[in-house]
Amino acid sequence: MSILVIAEHDNSELHVSTLNTVTAATQMGDDVHVLVAGSGAGDVAAQAAKVSGVGKVVHADADHYKDAVTTELSDLIVGLAGDYSHIVAGATTTGKDLMPRVAALLDSAQISDIIAVDSADTFKRPIYAGNAIATVQNADAKKVITVRPTGFDAAATDGSAEVATVEASAENGSTKVVGRELTVSERPDLGAASIVVSGGRGVGSAENFKIIEGLADKLGAAVGASRAAVDAGYVPNDYQVGQTGKVVAPNLYVAVGISGAIQHLAGMKDSKVIVAINKDEEAPIFQVADYGLVADLFEAVPEMVSQL
Amino acid sequence: MKILVPVKRVIDAYVSIRVKSDGSGVDTNNVKMSLNPFCEIALEEAIRLKEAGTASEVVLVSVGSGDIDTVIRSGLAMGADRAIRVDAEDDLEPLAIAKILKHVVEQEEAGLVITGKQSIDGDNNQTGQMLSALLDWPQATFASEVALDGSDAKVTREIDGGLETVALSLPAVVTTDLRLNEPRYPTLPNIMKAKKKPLDVIALADTGVDATKRNTVVNVSPPEERSAGIMVESVEQLIDKLKNEAKVI
Repeated sequence: MSILVIAEHDNSELHVSTLNTVTAATQMGDDVHVLVAGSGAGDVAAQAAKVSGVGKVVHADADHYKDAVTTELSDLIVGLAGDYSHIVAGATTTGKDLMPRVAALLDSAQISDIIAVDSADTFKRPIYAGNAIATVQNADAKKVITVRPTGFDAAATDGSAEVATVEASAENGSTKVVGRELTVSERPDLGAASIVVSGGRGVGSAENFKIIEGLADKLGAAVGASRAAVDAGYVPNDYQVGQTGKVVAPNLYVAVGISGAIQHLAGMKDSKVIVAINKDEEAPIFQVADYGLVADLFEAVPEMVSQL
Repeated sequence: MKILVPVKRVIDAYVSIRVKSDGSGVDTNNVKMSLNPFCEIALEEAIRLKEAGTASEVVLVSVGSGDIDTVIRSGLAMGADRAIRVDAEDDLEPLAIAKILKHVVEQEEAGLVITGKQSIDGDNNQTGQMLSALLDWPQATFASEVALDGSDAKVTREIDGGLETVALSLPAVVTTDLRLNEPRYPTLPNIMKAKKKPLDVIALADTGVDATKRNTVVNVSPPEERSAGIMVESVEQLIDKLKNEAKVI
């Protein structure tokens, strides 16, 4: 049977996490289909058709799919599930909200946030905030899985799959999105950036965070923060890297004024190269850093900006 | 309106966990156990709704052996009115837990379920969504603000990239994110009072749920350690290393 990947998108652009999810799906079986459910999302279906490894795009279009509300999408997915052995989505906030509902409706014990596919029924996933890795074998006929995007490379986009339109499910209507406040930024998306510069409590204030942003802009990087910096109100919640925030794995992660609490390390320790700048030489962040610099960030960061 | 708050006992968030050398799991012997932090937030929100006169009763529910009673009492000390423990082994899967909770929700005729978005041991992030599916109720996950007006609810959710507000009708399941509130510490008089609050025990068999596990944990291992790095002396040396050694800028 085939694998169904649930595409994440905003009705105009396919979200990059779907490329990672497709890579994971191709390791579970040969015939990977992508479901694009949206409103006026024909462009997304066309983009999904170009993702390498995708055999077919299943496109359902209806007004009530516009906001990717779980109660709408879950009915559609359960209706399509008969043809599939695996139903897979990215472990983004959308996928995390959606997939357990799908799993329960299919009476399947979901496997969350996998970072490796050992075989079609056996997967690796972090538990205890990444302080242990569990290998889990699932016995359900239909496997419902969320994929940690940073655990898999993004699929290439040189494919050419067919797009098949399917009928939309009836509107559920129980839940309506009435507002969204999204952080608007010219910088790359935190979850997908190849360089991330993060600031911690050591930065001291929202005003001082401009120093972090200056370095990020010089490097073409996304800006992140520790939970301490978020709780202190220096930056919005969605900047948070860590166990309770985003999990990132960029090529370069620069931690500035971050002590390195376990909760933060869980969100960034899979980065390829980690740089830590902190004035406290005892800070635990230095134990995971490839390059550590004991320095006052208010001197070192501007110096970096001028030398880059 | 009665609010049901499902909670879980977990290894305390400030304890460094140890993976057993035989790969069978994480060592829970002689380790400090606590209420899952997200469940504490859920309980706090329910108690505030009762204090505001929106809810009539806050019922805490958990699934596990008698070992979890201490943690249930700490939830009662925070301010839950009474508790239900469904007697079962301690590590059932989220799907089985959701089925058990469905039974309790229906028995109690709860109008709202508030629970944590995930437990910090299994990190599954499933139970609330599964429960709402089984009940055919709407769901609002990762809540950072909950506003109730009669049977209408507006919930602000923490999503990737910002916030989203959804409107739904009760009954519903809400799961809590970190910034919904700051849970209170139980006062000594409330800890004393909690000892006398009702804690009813239901047998798993009486819920009619087949809790057989679908997932087999083949192995649990520590994560790969990062090899130790080097300390650099200056910004200049750092940039040189990043350019010429790591080749990442």
